[in-house]
Amino acid sequence: MTTVEQAVPLAARTRSERLVRFITRTPIHIGLIGIAVIWLVPTVGLAVTSFRKPNNIASSGWWHALTQWDWTLHNYGSVINATGMGHAWVNSVIITVPATILPLTLGALAAFGFAWVPFPFRDTLFLIIVALMIVPIQTSLVPLLKLFAQHGHLNNNYYGIWLAHTAFGLPLAVFLLRNFFITLPKDLIEAARIDGASNLSIFRRIVVPLSVPALASFGIFQFLWVWNDLLMALIFVSDPNKQPMTVRIPYLLSTYGQEYNLLAAAAFLLMIVPLIVFFALQRYFVQGLLAGSVKT
Amino acid sequence: MLFVLPALVVLAIFLIYPAYYTIRLAFYEGDFHFGFFHYLGIQNFKELLTNDKDFLDLSKFPPSGALINNVRWVIFYISLSLLIGLGLAVLAVRVRYERAVKTAIFVPMAISATAVGIIWLFVYSPSPDMGVLNALLHAFDSGFHPVAWLGRPNLVNYALIFAYVWASVGFVMVVLSAAIKGIPAEIMEAARVDGAGEWNIFRRIMLPMLSLPLSVVTIWLFINVIKVFDIIYVMTGGGPGTSSRVIAFTMYEETFQNGRPGYGAAVAVIMLVLIAPVMVLNVRRFRSEKVVA
Repeated sequence: MTTVEQAVPLAARTRSERLVRFITRTPIHIGLIGIAVIWLVPTVGLAVTSFRKPNNIASSGWWHALTQWDWTLHNYGSVINATGMGHAWVNSVIITVPATILPLTLGALAAFGFAWVPFPFRDTLFLIIVALMIVPIQTSLVPLLKLFAQHGHLNNNYYGIWLAHTAFGLPLAVFLLRNFFITLPKDLIEAARIDGASNLSIFRRIVVPLSVPALASFGIFQFLWVWNDLLMALIFVSDPNKQPMTVRIPYLLSTYGQEYNLLAAAAFLLMIVPLIVFFALQRYFVQGLLAGSVKT
Repeated sequence: MLFVLPALVVLAIFLIYPAYYTIRLAFYEGDFHFGFFHYLGIQNFKELLTNDKDFLDLSKFPPSGALINNVRWVIFYISLSLLIGLGLAVLAVRVRYERAVKTAIFVPMAISATAVGIIWLFVYSPSPDMGVLNALLHAFDSGFHPVAWLGRPNLVNYALIFAYVWASVGFVMVVLSAAIKGIPAEIMEAARVDGAGEWNIFRRIMLPMLSLPLSVVTIWLFINVIKVFDIIYVMTGGGPGTSSRVIAFTMYEETFQNGRPGYGAAVAVIMLVLIAPVMVLNVRRFRSEKVVA
């Protein structure tokens, strides 16, 4: 559209012409704003409900709260303390941080190998990793559970889920990072080699510092993937005191199904972390999601 | 080689070996320790595809079962997401508040399926003081009685599908929008100078140029459908009855709730088979382009 605006001589843009333009474009505005509002309403409803008093929730819809100002933080206090959601939030952090750093580290090392260190069967191995990117988790649940139970009860601590998330994040990490590393200037790496730098120091001093955006994109994608994951935590973390929020909230639903104030506050606590990441790191975030699209 | 070794070891132990184990287990009955107990041959698959009404029931019309529900998901989830996402991408570039609209649509992408489930449980609630959908319909038509959107077998799947479309459209929109901005402005301008209408420009220039990103997005949506589990677990637990089960849900239910690991493994193998063509496609595309993404 901008090209059209430029193509029209300035003198021709009279008031009536602008009016015609405005009217013909009204349907576009209505459609766009309408869909945006429909998309916002469900989240706003949850957020508003989480700040309302239980008796208000029971007696009127949340949309009334926008006019009657009677908000409270009490729901958050209850859900964090009484239902153990604060504890579950901490568990989510404990699960997510190592399960992000591990695949990022192993993935970056492997990606460097695939991009810059020749070895036999390199291309074949890489193609296998491309294929592994979309293996469904379901094919691993049972054997891994058995493996974790046999070896030091890994299903009673976090090692099991950290390793499982690492394995499922790795193919994407290797794929994305290798494709990024390969675009780094060849001269730079050759020059360092001639100066006698080892592969490890090339990796540490040249490749990693130049690849921060790609590392950040994968890191954010993996962080959100693990933070938002329900299925793997459901299977691999059996101790209720160790379970993350995504698993505890459905329990809350089955025990306090009618206590909308608690459910809303709990769901909002779960959402707030990805939302902060989203608004703080929007550019990397979108890149990460787009890059992750090859995996889902 | 030392660089790739740790990653290869992790993949071999936690991804490749388990896949082999599950495929083998699908031919056994299995026991509580997930051992290879009582060889059955292809009996599990036969049972699933011909004799399990919760998985595939072709005897009545419309057919039902988890597999059929996934077909519903494929049809409605994919087409709705593409339609809304494409529409938004095409229209949003024409207004000044493009960023604001895109942010509003994209935010649900960040939210966990667990939270999406709670959000939409509220929206669909039959209680007139909770469910905004029923309240809205009631505001337009005072004779309208609140509907339990998730309580009716004939509605529940579509209600779930829409909630998941809500969470996915942002992705479709962002990918297509980036692709639209990549179309050279001269091409559009030339068409406009030649007198082409907006609709013709969309159909004859934009759509053909968007075919690659559209196929990427469609594949992404398809994989999503085959794997969909969390939102159903949270919102309906596969119910009412078994009417909103999907393949991934059946795998969980049979393996971990009904104690039939061999049967569940067979379901997982069916998932793998459905996804395998996409794997082949990815590998082929990679080999032909050498560098994707």
